Amino acid sequence: MSISVEATGDLALEEQKRLKADLHRSLRRNKIRALMLVAPLVVFIVVTFVAPIGNMLYRSVNDPLVSEFMPLTTSALENWDEQELPDEAIFAALAQDILQGREAKTIGKAAKRLNYEQSGMRSLVMGSVRKHKKIQAPYKESLIKIKKGWGDIDNWKVIKRLGSGLTASYYINAFDMETSPEGEVSFVPEKEQIYLKLFWRTLWMSMLITAMTVLLGYPVSYLLASLPLKTANMLMILVLLPFWTSLLVRTSSWIAMLQAQGILNDLLVWFGIIADEARIQMIYNAIGTVVAMTHILLPFMILPLYSVMKTVPPSYLRAARSLGATPWTAFWQVYLPQTVPGISAGAILVFILSIGYYITPALVGGQSGQFIGNLIAYHMQGSLNWGLAAALGVMLLVVVLGIYGIYNRVVGTNSVKLG
Amino acid sequence: MANPASSEAYVRFDGVQKSYDGVNLVVKDLNVDIPRGEFLTMLGPSGSGKTTSLMMLAGFETATHGDIFLNGRSINNVAPHKRGIGMVFQNYALFPHMTVAENLAFPLLVRKMGKAEVEEKVQRALDMVELGPFGNRRPAQLSGGQQQRVAVARALVFEPDLVLMDEPLGALDKNLREQMQYEIKHIHDRLGVTVVYVTHDQSEALTMSNRIAVFEDGRIQQLAPPVELYEKPENAFVAQFIGENNTLTGKVDALADGICEVVLDNGDRVKALDVNTDGAGTATTLSLRPERVFLNPTDGQCQNMFSGKAEEVIYLGDHIRVRMNVCGHDDFIVKVPNSSDKKGLVAGDTIPIGWSIDDCRALDA
Repeated sequence: MSISVEATGDLALEEQKRLKADLHRSLRRNKIRALMLVAPLVVFIVVTFVAPIGNMLYRSVNDPLVSEFMPLTTSALENWDEQELPDEAIFAALAQDILQGREAKTIGKAAKRLNYEQSGMRSLVMGSVRKHKKIQAPYKESLIKIKKGWGDIDNWKVIKRLGSGLTASYYINAFDMETSPEGEVSFVPEKEQIYLKLFWRTLWMSMLITAMTVLLGYPVSYLLASLPLKTANMLMILVLLPFWTSLLVRTSSWIAMLQAQGILNDLLVWFGIIADEARIQMIYNAIGTVVAMTHILLPFMILPLYSVMKTVPPSYLRAARSLGATPWTAFWQVYLPQTVPGISAGAILVFILSIGYYITPALVGGQSGQFIGNLIAYHMQGSLNWGLAAALGVMLLVVVLGIYGIYNRVVGTNSVKLG
Repeated sequence: MANPASSEAYVRFDGVQKSYDGVNLVVKDLNVDIPRGEFLTMLGPSGSGKTTSLMMLAGFETATHGDIFLNGRSINNVAPHKRGIGMVFQNYALFPHMTVAENLAFPLLVRKMGKAEVEEKVQRALDMVELGPFGNRRPAQLSGGQQQRVAVARALVFEPDLVLMDEPLGALDKNLREQMQYEIKHIHDRLGVTVVYVTHDQSEALTMSNRIAVFEDGRIQQLAPPVELYEKPENAFVAQFIGENNTLTGKVDALADGICEVVLDNGDRVKALDVNTDGAGTATTLSLRPERVFLNPTDGQCQNMFSGKAEEVIYLGDHIRVRMNVCGHDDFIVKVPNSSDKKGLVAGDTIPIGWSIDDCRALDA
């Protein structure tokens, strides 16, 4: 009896194994199919999203100019102890680099890069290039004779630091800090700080814009959700209408609206509320940015709010009222908590969109309404300092991820409903 | 209804009308008096105006004409939250972001009741519906029946004198629904609150109510206790809507002493109680309950005697349902109690049948 039980037990085990294998095989087709379906998107994302971001991360710490165009010096400096002036061998390497760089016309690039780090380095290098005929052994002596700067140990430290190929200098710059020749990192004087100030401004203005979209979008969404479907659809078109107009058109219409000689100021003057001389500056400053961006981002708040409110049956409010709650209490304690997922989704959407906004602040922001995105664009296109642009971009990315992380802790992504 | 000046009515609808679009009246001239402690059911098909009437009483809809009185005071202009009426909704409307205990505490906290008192009342309400240990759960973690009980407890926890229920059992399955009917009925008996209950399920109405108001087309067709409603329907709609009913149509030929003689469409003559006809020569509908028809009646048992052909015989355990062709109608239903001495009836048999005058009511056409 017991033997047969054991036998069937083994059989059951065998059977189970077989069953699992069968199940696996039958599911494999579906898995392959699913993979094939997502493959194009995965490839697209890798090519257009992951790779550029990786490239940006790399650029923000990569600094190849000096090591590329002064290869002998940088490798010779690797073992230098930074205590006293380099020895003859290193000076010889420098002389070689200067002479070869002159022939190849590349030494200027290295000189320019060194000059970013410490002004005067360019003339030090290029001056030596001009007098290349005087360079001779012993190189230490002759180079110092040509340019006194070669006798300054600080200049050598700069070369060594940049020669490593990796640099924190872009980040140091992006944090409004500077490196002294001694290698100490400190904040620049407050008057000269740009980036941190701009980061704070971008953050708090994005929060303000998010708050404005909640305040303006909530009642509209409520109206849309409580109207009959037909009317709601018609009004929804009005909400979406801005979506179908070009961003530039919308922004320029705000200029027409808000500028000193614009419609709003004209009306205020017409009604005698303000004097003609005292027209209010409502554009080309922070106000312009907030107003225009609130308008542009409003649909991103209304849509998730609407879709969540649509799922809250009106009987909840009625139940609260019948239980003795005033309309305000019923709203505050019963309705609002149930729309939090919509508010969360809308807020995170609007906030993350606005923190990286660029075109609207550029058009209507003036001086005080610029966002960090505008400065990144400037370094990409204007100053061509891609390393700094990349560092700022990485900082922005980290800030967004950080905020998302905090948000996830506090609110929880589970409660986010996008539709 | 009976006496508009009565001061005993706790709830009174007085000439109430309601229109949503300004063209059609959803509720036409509603007049009801509900005494304190009554369990009154508004019964009717969907679109008959019963829910609208309830919503007007709760304060979520405003009457376009007429007055609603609560305890002798017109409440037309009283906001819903000041009416002090408990309400159970169709889908319970339990707040999903609060626990069961928080749901029950809500009406007490908005009344600024002390913490200890709230806790005590919540626990008592939970015990009343036998959900004592479930206070910390969320509504979504409860079964449909449990949610239903919480909804009832919440509507009662602040001790209102009037509780409205809007098809509260509609989402439950049949067994649970029947069980809840008794539970609600018992709670009503125990607490003595006035209940206005809306449903489209007639058996639910018959089980629970003191009186039933049958709604159709924005009007109350009949307002009566369950027994009277079933036994003595006043018009063809009520007869048809409550319970099963055989209808025979014809013309009134002669009237005498409350009994009329009706010529059916196929020429047969039937004697019936004259309940609601317009006099000799007018059309009428005869109403006859399937269980009041006798097969093989003994002599003198029935004043109306015909022969019928069994078209279909359905065995239902406790009774047998026979569809017959009688007086030119082939949808004539007869219910025969299943007793051991009955000899089997099979489809195709033609047998004598009959019914008494008292069971046959001549109603409006």
